[in-house]
Amino acid sequence: MDNLLIARSLFGTTMAFHIIFATIGVGLPLMILTAELLYQKTKDLDYVVMAKRWTKTFAVLLGVGIPTGTIAGVQLSLLWPGFMEVIGRVMPLPFQIEIYAFFIEALFMSIYVYAAERIAPWMRVISLTLVALGALASAVLITNVHAFQGTPAGFRYENGKFLDINPWEAFFNPSFFVTAGHVALSAYVVGAFVVASVAAFKMMRNKYGSRVYLFHQKALMVSLVLGGIFSFLTAINGHESAQYLHEYQPEKLAAAEGLFETQSHAPLAIGGITDRETQTIKGAIEIPWLLSFLAGNSFDTVVVGLNDFPEELWPPLFIHTLFNAMVGIGSLLILISLVGIVWKKFMKKDRFPKWFLWVLVASGPLAVIAIECGWIFACTGRQPWVIYRVLATADSVTSATNLGVLFLLFFSVYALLGITVVAVLLYFFRKNTELDDIQKAEKGA
Amino acid sequence: MTNELIAITILWGFVFIYSIMATMDFGAGFWSMIYINRKKTRATNIANRYLSPTWEVTNTFIVALVVAVYSLFPKAAYTLGTILLVPGSMILLLLAVRSAFLVFSNIATEYKKPLTYVSGITGILIPGLLISVLPVAHGAFIEYEGGHPSLNLQKLFTSPNEYAFIGFAISSTLFLSSLLLADYSKTSNEMEAYKVYLRDCRILGPISLLMAFAIMLTLRAETPWLYTRMMDDLPLLFVSLGFFLIGGISLFLPSFSNKEERGMPRIAVIAVTIQYFIASYVYGKAHLPYMVYPNVTIQSGFTDPNSFMAVFITYIAGFAILFPGFIYFWRLFMHDKKYLRQKSS
Ligand code: HDD
Ligand code: HEM
Ligand code: HEM
Repeated sequence: MDNLLIARSLFGTTMAFHIIFATIGVGLPLMILTAELLYQKTKDLDYVVMAKRWTKTFAVLLGVGIPTGTIAGVQLSLLWPGFMEVIGRVMPLPFQIEIYAFFIEALFMSIYVYAAERIAPWMRVISLTLVALGALASAVLITNVHAFQGTPAGFRYENGKFLDINPWEAFFNPSFFVTAGHVALSAYVVGAFVVASVAAFKMMRNKYGSRVYLFHQKALMVSLVLGGIFSFLTAINGHESAQYLHEYQPEKLAAAEGLFETQSHAPLAIGGITDRETQTIKGAIEIPWLLSFLAGNSFDTVVVGLNDFPEELWPPLFIHTLFNAMVGIGSLLILISLVGIVWKKFMKKDRFPKWFLWVLVASGPLAVIAIECGWIFACTGRQPWVIYRVLATADSVTSATNLGVLFLLFFSVYALLGITVVAVLLYFFRKNTELDDIQKAEKGA
Repeated sequence: MTNELIAITILWGFVFIYSIMATMDFGAGFWSMIYINRKKTRATNIANRYLSPTWEVTNTFIVALVVAVYSLFPKAAYTLGTILLVPGSMILLLLAVRSAFLVFSNIATEYKKPLTYVSGITGILIPGLLISVLPVAHGAFIEYEGGHPSLNLQKLFTSPNEYAFIGFAISSTLFLSSLLLADYSKTSNEMEAYKVYLRDCRILGPISLLMAFAIMLTLRAETPWLYTRMMDDLPLLFVSLGFFLIGGISLFLPSFSNKEERGMPRIAVIAVTIQYFIASYVYGKAHLPYMVYPNVTIQSGFTDPNSFMAVFITYIAGFAILFPGFIYFWRLFMHDKKYLRQKSS
């Protein structure tokens, strides 16, 4: 493997690992906050227990999320010094402001966890709100850098020089709001469905109608409602993201849809594998005219095809599959929450069929897979550019060699952390069961 | 002051704050490992009581530091990023294991011991590698091929100067953290733990001082340009030494509040911090204008003026917003008698 490829794999692995913890780290605080607020409203102690157990989980996940994020931040300079030089010059603000978001999250997280008994309940809610806002802001700001990579703004680039630099214009680059919105909303989707997964699993493991069963049923309903709302919003906003691609990165959209010829009334291809030789998508279901409509809200919208670009500037064609997986999972999650809510709240059935519980168990991992697909699609689909039409990935990579050993070392450490974090969580919750916590809360009240 | 000087002062401020906080953080992790079997003195508890709420905040400072380098001096970040790939990655790997296992050790109580050992040992190695950025930036280990800088690792790791720096980083981490923990345990009324940490700082203080001399000696042989420039400020170096001695003496004098007890750790902490401040000022001043000798200076590494203004404004706004948060945090964990004197945990 050449150096560039190892650097890409190494950074991609770091991000793919960090993102799991980071996304849950954005999503979970909102769930905790919801539980705290539900308790204030209903005075049902189960919600206190939920908040407590989710907080513990969150604190453990932070133990991996923070150091892997630190790795990501530093690795950007170590692996892509050419990229970070440009970012430092033109787009320093998001990273800079992100530091404050990290501080807010770190300060108030410690306060919420270690000073909980010493501060007033309203201060607890404020601390938690600040933790949730801090996490959200971290995600939004880092995504802004990614948005800038796709729709760079705030400078003129001539003869390899960056002129007329305006960092605020770079900050408010065209796709900032859409992209940041998509990442934030999808993180709440992940937070909700990860909780739903665990709750559904525990419901299967416990006797129907038992104390523990009912506890998890409450958690499940909270997460289905939030998950439903947010997956719906994610889809709407994702549609807008696709329209931005149509406008700003047409070759990415073309590769995502496997469209070779520029045309109006373009069809939408679902599934299948894009074939470079025959310029077709093998095994896809085609819906006539739909792509044109999705891209520009009218059937005569002309969608640009890959053949309008030189082949060396094509993104890799497998992003079609990643895009399909993300959208497919997104649609499925909307369906799952609708079914769950209708079944319970409108049809007033008292228990879910077993197969549906299994679907719910799968929903959390599916949401995480959607995130991974979305990011790999977005980053890989930008290739060969690290900053679209300004800086090529190959020109920004480090000149140091022998990255292979480092790749192995980082990979092993991620494996170690991944395994231990799961073991620690399992150990902790096996020792401290829901029932213990519920009884403790009832005694304390 | 020129913009470049303002920027490098901000950066230096971050380095200074981070080095004090990191010292405390990694040192406390190490002590909590060392005294884990001595339940009675509660020295481990004291270290953990400090460490648990603070490590995240400390970690954020290292991120702030890296971000400050690339947003204020992008060109320097390019060179530093290229040459620090290996040492930087080592730090990151150790840091990841250390932070994660620190958190795990507080959760999986039955496995506390092995987990604490992993985080304590990986943690104490980190300052040694972090400080290596300094000898690397002195330039002697950097080679240029076709305009691309690269670090000669073999040359770095056979240099006495590098080992003097490593020795200094580790010994002063242990010294400063035991000093701060002595103060912290005294405030917490944990006299057993206080005695333990007081003894540790009496031993480690002189060792750190020796290491500092070792740095100067090896610097004279390996990096004469820096050595002679530092020697231009010899009077300040003596003032710095003077504060170290004040700190040392105050560890042996009887305490104000309680004549039976020996040592005034609060005064020692302040004196030693001032000592570090002056010494690092002299070092930093001698280093200027070079960021990476001899090719990158603060002028050549500096960012675009528009970007600098924008970043500078966010620094001011950010700190204004965060300041109350820091005060609140400090009151809850460093100043609240209920937290400090808790008997459980
Ligand atoms: C739970 C996760 C999740 C779900 C259900 C969806 N997405 Fe997504 N998507 C992401 C998670 C995500 C992401 C991981 O957060 C990405 C990667 C980069 C980004 O900005 O967000 C993303 C990127 C992304 C992009 C690329 C933006 C770019 O390359 O700059 C488009 C066009 C869409 N999404 C569209 C959709 C549509 C039409 C969905 C319909 C259901 C959808 N996404 C569901
Ligand atoms: C968090 C989830 C993310 C994942 C899973 C992810 C994944 C990846 C992958 C797989 C690559 C290699 C692409 C290739 O070479 O084919 C990559 C490259 C890269 N990504 Fe992302 N990425 C994520 C987020 C981000 C964000 C938020 C940024 C912005 C700061 C970013 C910036 C980059 C850069 C600079 C590269 C290297 C240059 C390049 O290949 O374009 N990534 N990422
Ligand atoms: C869009 C993808 C990303 C999201 C949603 C995200 C979000 C977060 C969040 C919420 C945290 C706090 C820790 C936690 O809750 O687990 C965090 C930590 C961190 N992230 Fe990410 N992040 C992303 C990508 C990146 C990238 C590309 C970088 C590198 C530039 C990065 C750098 C960091 C750093 C340095 C930390 C540690 C902060 C600290 O020390 O307190 N993140 N991230």
